[in-house]
Amino acid sequence: MGDLQVKKQQKQYDAIIVGSGAGGGMAAWVLAGAGLKVCLLEAGPDFDPKKDSNQLKNPWESPRRGASTKFRPFGDFDGCYWGWDIDGEPYTHVGDTKWEWWRARMVGGRTNHWGRISLRFGPKDFKRKSIDGLGDDWPIGYEDIKPYYDKIDKLLGVFGTNEGLENDPDGIFLPPPKPRLHELFIKKAGNSINIPVIPSRLSILTKPIPLPGGGDRNCIFCGQCGRSCKFYGDFSSSSVLVHPAVRTGNVDLVTNAMAREILTNNEGLATGVSYVNKEDMQEYQVSGRTVVLAASACESARLLLNSKSARHPNGLANSSDAVGRYLHDSTGADMGGIIPELVDRKRYNEDGVGGMHVYTPWWLDNKKLDFPRGYHIEYGGGFGMPVYGFNWGVEEINGRFQVKGKQKQPGGYGISLKEDYRYFFGAHVGMAGRGEAIARKDNRCEIDPSVVDKYGIPVLRFDTKHSEYEIKQAKHMKETFAEILHAMGAVVTWGGDDNEKNNYGLHNPGNIIHEAGTVRMGNDPKTSALNKYAQAHDCKNVFCVDGGPFVSQADKNITWTILALSMRTSEYIIDEMKKRNI
Amino acid sequence: MDRRKSIKTLLIGGVATSMLVDACAPGDKKTEDQKPSAGTDAAAAGSMNRMQEELDYMKKLQAEPVFFTPHEMATITVLADIIIPKDDVSGSATDAKVPDFIEFIVKDMPEHQTPLRGGLRWLDMESFKRFDKAFVDLNHDQQIQIVEDIAYPEIEYTENGKTVKRGKVKPGMQPGVTFFSLMRDLTATGFYTTEIGFKDVGYVGNMPNQWNGVPADVLKQYNLAYTEKELKECVSFDKV
Repeated sequence: MGDLQVKKQQKQYDAIIVGSGAGGGMAAWVLAGAGLKVCLLEAGPDFDPKKDSNQLKNPWESPRRGASTKFRPFGDFDGCYWGWDIDGEPYTHVGDTKWEWWRARMVGGRTNHWGRISLRFGPKDFKRKSIDGLGDDWPIGYEDIKPYYDKIDKLLGVFGTNEGLENDPDGIFLPPPKPRLHELFIKKAGNSINIPVIPSRLSILTKPIPLPGGGDRNCIFCGQCGRSCKFYGDFSSSSVLVHPAVRTGNVDLVTNAMAREILTNNEGLATGVSYVNKEDMQEYQVSGRTVVLAASACESARLLLNSKSARHPNGLANSSDAVGRYLHDSTGADMGGIIPELVDRKRYNEDGVGGMHVYTPWWLDNKKLDFPRGYHIEYGGGFGMPVYGFNWGVEEINGRFQVKGKQKQPGGYGISLKEDYRYFFGAHVGMAGRGEAIARKDNRCEIDPSVVDKYGIPVLRFDTKHSEYEIKQAKHMKETFAEILHAMGAVVTWGGDDNEKNNYGLHNPGNIIHEAGTVRMGNDPKTSALNKYAQAHDCKNVFCVDGGPFVSQADKNITWTILALSMRTSEYIIDEMKKRNI
Repeated sequence: MDRRKSIKTLLIGGVATSMLVDACAPGDKKTEDQKPSAGTDAAAAGSMNRMQEELDYMKKLQAEPVFFTPHEMATITVLADIIIPKDDVSGSATDAKVPDFIEFIVKDMPEHQTPLRGGLRWLDMESFKRFDKAFVDLNHDQQIQIVEDIAYPEIEYTENGKTVKRGKVKPGMQPGVTFFSLMRDLTATGFYTTEIGFKDVGYVGNMPNQWNGVPADVLKQYNLAYTEKELKECVSFDKV
C-alpha cells in the first residue's frame, strides 16, 4: 500500500457528471453549452462510433461469427462493452431474487447499442396512482416535460407519425421508413383484429440533420444500429452529445474512472467525487460546485448509498430511505413463428433501419382487464444477416412445414438440407411485449454489507419479486401474440408453450434493461429522494438524471424521457447557479 | 497414431483440412508478412473493434493448443461435408472452412467440447460395431448408413390442439442423434456466415443503401400495396 495515494485535482468544476450515457451526455451538452466547466467521469474507455463501431463488418470477420461473449452479451458486433457480468464487479441477490443487471462500461454507455425506440410518456403515465391507485403520481405532468421532448426531437432526431393518440403524444418527427414485407403482414393482421400497428418511433435519421455543434449525420439503412453508427445516423450519447460537448472546450472527459463516493462537507453539501482510475489503480478526487449522477439507476443509487457521512448517515440524499427502492424494469414476453406464405421469397436488401419499422402502442383499457398497466409490442422478422446461431435447430422447422409440397423428416443432411435452409430464409416473424411493472417499495437494491468489488467498493444486493400484475400482463401478451400470428397466417414455432408454471414466459426482472425508480422524485421529502427537478431534497447541489428519478416507467422505453428530464434538470441547474441558489 | 502419420492418412484420404495444411505447409510468404505477429493486440483483434479485456481473452484463446486430434478433425471434416455438400448452388462446408470454425468455437465455448469429443468417439464405436473400422475409414455408403440413423431427431409440437410427433430414432441411437444435431447446427452456422454461405442463401444486405420499401413486383406477388397514408408520410428516395 506504500504506493497508494489520493490525488486531489486542483481544478474546481461547476459540475461533475458521473456517467456518460443518455442522461450524462445530455447534461454535459447542456451545461457545457452554457459555458459551465464540466468534469465528466466515465467508468469505461472512450468510444467513438465513427472509428470504433463494428458496423458493416461481415460475420466471417468475427472468429465466433458474431456469437456473444460475456464482454458483449448481444454478440461480437454489438456496440456495448460489458453486460450481465463484469469481471471483478459482482452483485448479489437476496433469496430467490432473479434480478439481472446489465452494466455498460464505455463512453456513451448503453446508448451505443440501444434499440433507438424513442417514445414520449403520455399524460396518463405521470398520473397512474390517480387512475388505478397503485404506485405514485409523478410530481410533474406531461405539460412540464413536453417542451423538452420537443427540443430533443429536434436536437437528436426521431422518426414517427403524428397519430393524435391520447397517451402516445405526437412529436416533431422525421418521416418513417416504409414497412417491410413481414411488417405489412403484421399490419394487415392487426387491422383485422383491431390491434393498431403504426409506424415505429426511433431516433434514426431518415433525413439528415446536423450533429449538435456542427457536423454530418446520415442513415445508411444497414439495419445495424445495435453496433453503433459510424455515420452518426442514430442517437448515441457518445457521438451526438458527449464528443460534441467535449469539443466546446468546457468538458474534461475522464475515462476509466470508477466513482467510489460523493464527497460532502460539514454542512452536508457535496464537494466533489472520489474515483479509482482503472488504468493506474490510484485514488483521485475531483471537486465541483454540483454533482450530477447519471451512472444508471442502480449505480447512482449505489453511489448515494455508499456516500455516508455524519450528516447523511443513511447514505447521501437518503433520509427518506427511498434510495434503491421502487426498482422496476419493463416486463417482457415474446413469441415467434413462420409465415408459410413467405417461404421461398424473392431476395432483396431489406435491412432498412435498425429494428422495426412498425409497432403497436398500448391500445386497451386496463379498467376492463385483470392487470393494471399496459404494454407495447415490438416486431421482428425478414432477411436477417446470418450470424452465429443462424439456422440453429432446423429440425423444428423442416420437420414441421412442407418444403415445396413435400413433408420431410426433421433435421437431415446434404443437398436436401441446403434446400431447406434457403426455403425458410426470411419467413420468420417474431414479436415482443414490453410493459409497465408497478414500482413497489419492497423491490429494491441495497448495499451488500459483506461484499466489495475489485476496487473495494461495496456492491449492490438485489431483492425483488414479480407481482401477479406482471404475470397476468405476460399472459395477456402471449394471448395477443398468438392472436396476431394466427391472423397473419403464421404458425407459432417458439414461445407458444409458456404457461402458469413459468409465469407465461415473463422475463426475469432487469432482463429488459429498462431499470428505473431507485432515486425517485416526489414532492414529499419523506417518501422521495429528489424534488421535481431531480435535485436531492437533502442536498441541494446533488442531482440525478438517469433512470433513477422515475416514479413509474410507463409502457414506453425510458431513454427519450431520461434525455428530456436530463435537459430539464440541466437548465434548472444553470438557472439556479445564475440565481446563486447553488 | 503419430502426428505425421495421421496427417499423411488424411492427405491420402483426400481430406485435408485447411487448418492442418496451414499448420504444416511453409505457407504463402507474402501473406505471412502481412499478418500481425502472434500474441499482439493487432493479431488478437483482426479487423474487429475490441476492448482490452477482449484482446486479452483472444490472445489466451489463440495461444491454446489445437483442441481436436487430427483423427477427430478428419471425422469432423467428413461429417461437415455430408451435412453441407457441394451442390449446384454453392460449395461444401470445407470450401467454407467450417472445420476451422468448429476448432475455434470449442475453445471459445468450452461447453461444446465434451458433446463433440464424446459424440465423435460414439460415432467411431458405432462404426466399429457395424463395419470394424473408424468412421473416416468407411466408404461413403457405409457412412451414410450410419448418418441415416442419427440425422432425424424426434420433434413434438401442437397443431390445432393436437400433439404431433415426427422423426424416428432407433433404440440406442439417441446419443448419436444429439451429437449429429449439434454438428448440423455448428456446420450450418459456420457455413452460412461466410461469403459462400451469404451467396447460397441469398443474403444481399450489409451495405450502405436507401430503403425505399418492398419492391413493386413483390408487393404484387402477395397482393399487397402501400396505403395512400404510407406513401404520403413515409420517406422515399428517387434513386435506389
